[in-house]
Amino acid sequence: MGQLLLEATGFQKAFNGVPALKDGRFSLKAGSVHALCGGNGAGKSTFLKILMGIHLRDAGVLKRNGKEVVFDDPSVALANGISIIEQELSPVPSMSVAENIYLGREPTGFLGCIDFKAMNAQAQELLDGFNFGIRADTLMMDLTVAQTQLVEIAKALSYNAEVIIMDEPTSALGEAEADQLFAAIETLKSHQKGVIYVSHRLSEIFTICDSYTVLRDGSFVEAGTLEDIDKDRLINLIVGRPLVEEFIKENRAQDHDVLRVTDLRADRNVRDVNFTLRKGEILALYGLMGSGRSEIFDRLFGLSDETAGNIMIEGKPIKIDDPKAAIAAGLAYVTEDRKGSGLVLSGDVRENLCLATVDKMSPSGMMNSRAEAAAASGMIDKLKIKTASDRLGVSNLSGGNQQKVVLGKWFLTDPTILLLDEPTRGVDVGAKREIYRVMSDFASKGGSIIMISSETDEVLGMADRVIVMRDGRVAGEVDRAEMSAEKLLHLAA
Amino acid sequence: MEPQIKGNAPAGVAQKYTLSDRLGSQAQRYGILIALVVLCIVLSIVSDNFLSSRNIINVLRQTSINGILAIGMTFVILTRGIDLSVGSVVALAGVVSASFATTSASGFIPGAPYMPLIPLVIGVLTGVAMGALSGIAVARYAVPAFVATLGMLSAARGLTLIYAGGRPIPALTDGYRWMGTGDIIGIPIPIILFALVFIVSHFVLTRTRFGRHIYAVGGNPHAAKVSGLSVNRIRFCVYLISGALAGIAGMVLAARTGSALPQAGVAYELDAIAAVVIGGTSLAGGVGRVSGTVIGALLIGVMNNGLDLLGVESYYQQVIKGGLIVAAVMLDRSRRTES
Ligand SMILES: Nc1ncnc2c1ncn2[C@@H]1O[C@H](COP(=O)(O)OP(=O)(O)OP(=O)(O)O)[C@@H](O)[C@H]1O
Ligand SMILES: [Mg+2]
Repeated sequence: MGQLLLEATGFQKAFNGVPALKDGRFSLKAGSVHALCGGNGAGKSTFLKILMGIHLRDAGVLKRNGKEVVFDDPSVALANGISIIEQELSPVPSMSVAENIYLGREPTGFLGCIDFKAMNAQAQELLDGFNFGIRADTLMMDLTVAQTQLVEIAKALSYNAEVIIMDEPTSALGEAEADQLFAAIETLKSHQKGVIYVSHRLSEIFTICDSYTVLRDGSFVEAGTLEDIDKDRLINLIVGRPLVEEFIKENRAQDHDVLRVTDLRADRNVRDVNFTLRKGEILALYGLMGSGRSEIFDRLFGLSDETAGNIMIEGKPIKIDDPKAAIAAGLAYVTEDRKGSGLVLSGDVRENLCLATVDKMSPSGMMNSRAEAAAASGMIDKLKIKTASDRLGVSNLSGGNQQKVVLGKWFLTDPTILLLDEPTRGVDVGAKREIYRVMSDFASKGGSIIMISSETDEVLGMADRVIVMRDGRVAGEVDRAEMSAEKLLHLAA
Repeated sequence: MEPQIKGNAPAGVAQKYTLSDRLGSQAQRYGILIALVVLCIVLSIVSDNFLSSRNIINVLRQTSINGILAIGMTFVILTRGIDLSVGSVVALAGVVSASFATTSASGFIPGAPYMPLIPLVIGVLTGVAMGALSGIAVARYAVPAFVATLGMLSAARGLTLIYAGGRPIPALTDGYRWMGTGDIIGIPIPIILFALVFIVSHFVLTRTRFGRHIYAVGGNPHAAKVSGLSVNRIRFCVYLISGALAGIAGMVLAARTGSALPQAGVAYELDAIAAVVIGGTSLAGGVGRVSGTVIGALLIGVMNNGLDLLGVESYYQQVIKGGLIVAAVMLDRSRRTES
């Protein structure tokens, strides 16, 4: 392997006196893909933002090609050949894909005019090179979350930087798109670039990375090559204790239909959807990106303009045309886009947790702050949300902990049917298990769950039954006894 | 202060920017233009004078000062800012430049009057200086734009009164007055200036890199920063632009009046903001056009003129204008509410 591109030692960073990073260490060699591992809130993103000059470090030494450097602004890091795909997607929604990709280095021509034609052509070539199937002149606001993620990937790669930081680039992607990213990473590797890779999907790490560094509670734990380590040991390092098994599944579906859907239509041309959901059951919707899974959720929760089809809950036909009706019918919906639709980013943890239950907690119209605090702290304990206090602004939480806040918000509504769209997106291995436990308990107590997951392992581990979607139609149904990854993929593709 | 991305979708409601939202903003863009055309047609029917070339030139001339200010305001609002100080800067730039162009015996600048170019440059520089102060407060010290420019609104007015000793500066040279009263092939200079400012601004915002960066800073400051833009420099620059244009507007006003009044330009910022908002620029930043602003300014100008022609009292005119602003914002469905 090649020379040392980056070397960081003794990184420290505190936010308002609370340390997020106590002893960050890392070194990256040319031609390698280096995994930065750690639980939610371990300080990975903080570390990477310091590398990129988005945050200033409190202490520590950073060497680039052996020379000590300080990046006090992203533009300096970019100039030093470092680019980043941030964990939290950050598009300029009112601009086109091409404009987003070339923001800050737009090709110009006569009189300093932007050469829009050249820019679009360049961007299109870049996107096509990765097989992303996105048009460069689309507006960012018209893209799905996954497509937005692909654009951010293309953008980071287009800098032609020597060091590319990828902070959970696949959390919004399906497996097919992730494979395209992995192909791109292989190319980078062969060009002697260095990639820093963060993901909570350990299978990915073992597929594409060659070395690892583990952070826990802001401190360096261990570094090495992945050849010398197995999955259990890596989990042990990340979580700080051995995990006996990945999934917890104790629920059993009962012989009682809670929800029956017939001839349902939804947005993006989803048609003829029929299925039932039983009491105590965990039902998975499986399919490739764009196969219409989330659209079905939107429709069930009254977020769609489409109204054709019948929904019966407990044998009674019911009309759901807005979320209020859905919540009243006992539904709760954890959306896949937590920043866009899951959280009030300007609010704190407690406000966000109590957001969907505000009415219940304020019967007289006055907020009962004691009940609110009690409910919030109960959820923080139950889901082990890592936060300095329940009054901390939710935008300061690490990604996985934000996800738990969204889950907690909906558990507080006491639902009978939970719709979970990628419930463990961005959640670390330890916390995933907590979420599985909560799901299992919820179903054991008679609740029903429909979940969408792009991780086949998760579907196999948790679902009682799987409905496979393809091109907006139901392509098949598989019971737990007959489930296998090959079977699901075969039906979906 | 770190720039933060704000969003406030209601709980559980998917916040998606849909095509219909954008069609909405398109409809509004043309909607305002249609409203302007309809208003002109109605006025030409009810009033014989409206379509006379004299009246049309009159409307355009009256609109030009607000139009120039509103274009500067558009730059600021596109970055999620606001400039409340433009009315006061109009007055300050007016008196400072006029003091170099007065023939009055009470003048206090030795050697005045100077040839018109000198007061002109000084007027623009006065505006730029005030804009720079606001810009430093906003960009360097993270003072909210509303507060920083509210402070400037008061301070610049005070400076104006101190500088002019509370009295008008009269007896301006003909060369200076030409800016307000002269014409080229029959088109008054204020209208020509307005048109030039529009063309240059439109070009800058739609064609140049700097223009794209203004939209990016307003659309998502964090993304702009991570893409390597100097967000603070861009924020600073838009206040400079707004200040410079306020300086130009101040001189046109003084030149037209024939003397620079320290009380000039009171509440002009409101008309400028109104034109921007009516023209479809989102106060949440990142979305808008100067062409919309120009139409917004014309709509206000035509409405004032029409109400005058019809003999409606000016008190009523204010009420109607207020209603129009709110109605325009109600139309703006693409607006992303700021939390
Ligand atoms: N701007 C901030 N203000 C206050 N605290 C912060 C801020 N940013 C991060 N933190 C805190 O620092 C700690 C580390 O956060 P960081 O985002 O680096 O974790 P992470 O390892 O990336 O986790 P995840 O896997 O969930 O993304 C967390 O406890 C978080 O709450
Ligand atoms: Mg992170």
